Amino acid sequence: MKDGFRQRMAWLHTWAGLVAGWLLFAMFVTGTLAVFRPEINQWMRPDQAVTRVSEGEAIDAADRYLRQHAADAARWFIRLPNPRDGVLEMYWATRDGEWHDALLDPGTLRPSVQRATLGGEFFYRFHFELQMPYPWGRWLASFAAMVMLVVLVSGIVTHRRFFKDFFTFRPRKAAQRAWLDAHNALGVLALPFHLVITLSGVITLMALTMPAALDARYGADSDAFYRERGGEPPVLPRSGVDRPLPSLRPLAEAARRHWPDSAIGTIVVGAPGDANARVTVLQADNAQLRIRGAAVVFDGATGRLLDVMNAPRAAALTHDVLYGLHTARFAGGGLRWLYFLCGVLGSLMIASGLVLWAIKRRQRETKASRPTFGTRLVEVLNVAAVAGLPLAIAAFFWSNRLLPVGLADRAQVEVWCFFGAWALSGVHAACARPRTVWLVQLRLGAAAFALLPLLSALTTRQNLFQAIMRGQGVEAGFELAALAFAAMLAWSAHKLRPARAPTAIATRIEPAPRTLREEAP
Amino acid sequence: MSAPATPLLYRASVLSRVLAAAVGGYAVARGFAVCAAWWLPQSRSEAVLTATLLAFVVYATTAIWVFSVRRAWQAWVGVVLACLVLAGLAALGASR
Repeated sequence: MKDGFRQRMAWLHTWAGLVAGWLLFAMFVTGTLAVFRPEINQWMRPDQAVTRVSEGEAIDAADRYLRQHAADAARWFIRLPNPRDGVLEMYWATRDGEWHDALLDPGTLRPSVQRATLGGEFFYRFHFELQMPYPWGRWLASFAAMVMLVVLVSGIVTHRRFFKDFFTFRPRKAAQRAWLDAHNALGVLALPFHLVITLSGVITLMALTMPAALDARYGADSDAFYRERGGEPPVLPRSGVDRPLPSLRPLAEAARRHWPDSAIGTIVVGAPGDANARVTVLQADNAQLRIRGAAVVFDGATGRLLDVMNAPRAAALTHDVLYGLHTARFAGGGLRWLYFLCGVLGSLMIASGLVLWAIKRRQRETKASRPTFGTRLVEVLNVAAVAGLPLAIAAFFWSNRLLPVGLADRAQVEVWCFFGAWALSGVHAACARPRTVWLVQLRLGAAAFALLPLLSALTTRQNLFQAIMRGQGVEAGFELAALAFAAMLAWSAHKLRPARAPTAIATRIEPAPRTLREEAP
Repeated sequence: MSAPATPLLYRASVLSRVLAAAVGGYAVARGFAVCAAWWLPQSRSEAVLTATLLAFVVYATTAIWVFSVRRAWQAWVGVVLACLVLAGLAALGASR
């Protein structure tokens, strides 16, 4: 370890950032896409036609459906349609703990989707489960996020002069300088976002990763904890005594009087049809910063109001607000785009850090004719992570349009296309000539995203031009974002094109700029 | 990092620090969570939440501290001492 506190912090920043960087990049990119989960769902289900119904009609529809199909379930979970997503979503657990779901058109009670796809759900799930079995993906994602936190703090210590650094950008200086400046600027520009999103991300999984305090105070009785902290819909075990469940709509209307200005988000029914039934009506999650809003609990046998949960205490409120800041469900259109933009900045910060590591290492090794195995490995993984992931995402969207609608396991095949493209990118990065892999993959990615609107126009009944003309914000927004993403990839390819001669990497002698004073690294 | 004089020893010391930060840091964070859950002057559920939320800050701080000291053994001494003190305080809190 080097002498000096800042040198050691720089070492930590460099190595921890490298080791976790590839995974963190994937988590940042997919998490950023998850901001627009319902919108991606909508684009990936172009044949979905959903009847717009009132809140009360949707509740009646769910009530009717669940009584018919899940009368003896342990729990019902009804997510009502909202302006971003018009589908009526229902989940229920049988008494054996098996979960079922139904995504229905609330007007017809028929399945809303002809085209089986995970849609934006895939990115949302991947960004914290990493396509691994429970709970390993969540553990790995949490650990990566902890490393991110360490890397951020050690990065701040390393770049102590970061406000000065922020106004230093020397794009025409040596490659290493330019990358370092870009990395610093990207890091500092959205630093509060990076810190909050990372810490709050760790906190969303804390029940899994840090149960020690709860275990110490409550032992095996974690239900007691959730009861005391409040906000959690109560679910009691079945008593065995049958009692008819009252109609849900009047209960929901009674609950709504507690928040006249916002909608109902979800209704949870525990032990329906039993004497121990509980009906909890929850406020929509876009109505407040914290992850859960007000909730009203009714006795599901008598319809009597039991509890109004709307005032979490300090620590619970802190937790709920941190959670809410991470998921950004409170955010309106403009703020959602800001989240998206900050997520893009964070992804670019990680990518530029990875590239910077490889460039620095390469420079040190210019004398050696061949790079060492470690450097080569980093370079391959950099390409596979940074250029390969956009290709995988593009493959996911392309497969959504190209796979036959009636294909068996269609949603899963889309996921295979995602990982297949990603694996191919890795193989290509490892086998092709190192000088051209970046160029080839980034350009391919740019082409894939640039052609997405055309592909969509050819395979569905919608097209970008029409979407803009008719003011279909989601379809137009998605495809314009794809075009912008294509431009960004093409620009990156342009920036990363191989230098003509190795000497071009070395510092060129340039006159000192007049406005910005050069600092020794 | 510049080329180390004794690669194997150097690598061992880096590995030792990584373990001290990842595993030792988690142990300290866990110890802190239990300890704070017993000692914080809040109601039971609030103390549990405060302790758990702060435990991640403790984890990150410990991990950074492990890499900030001069020698790897110093990091281990610090981590083990912190664990012992926190475990003692937690036991005391539990038996209150």
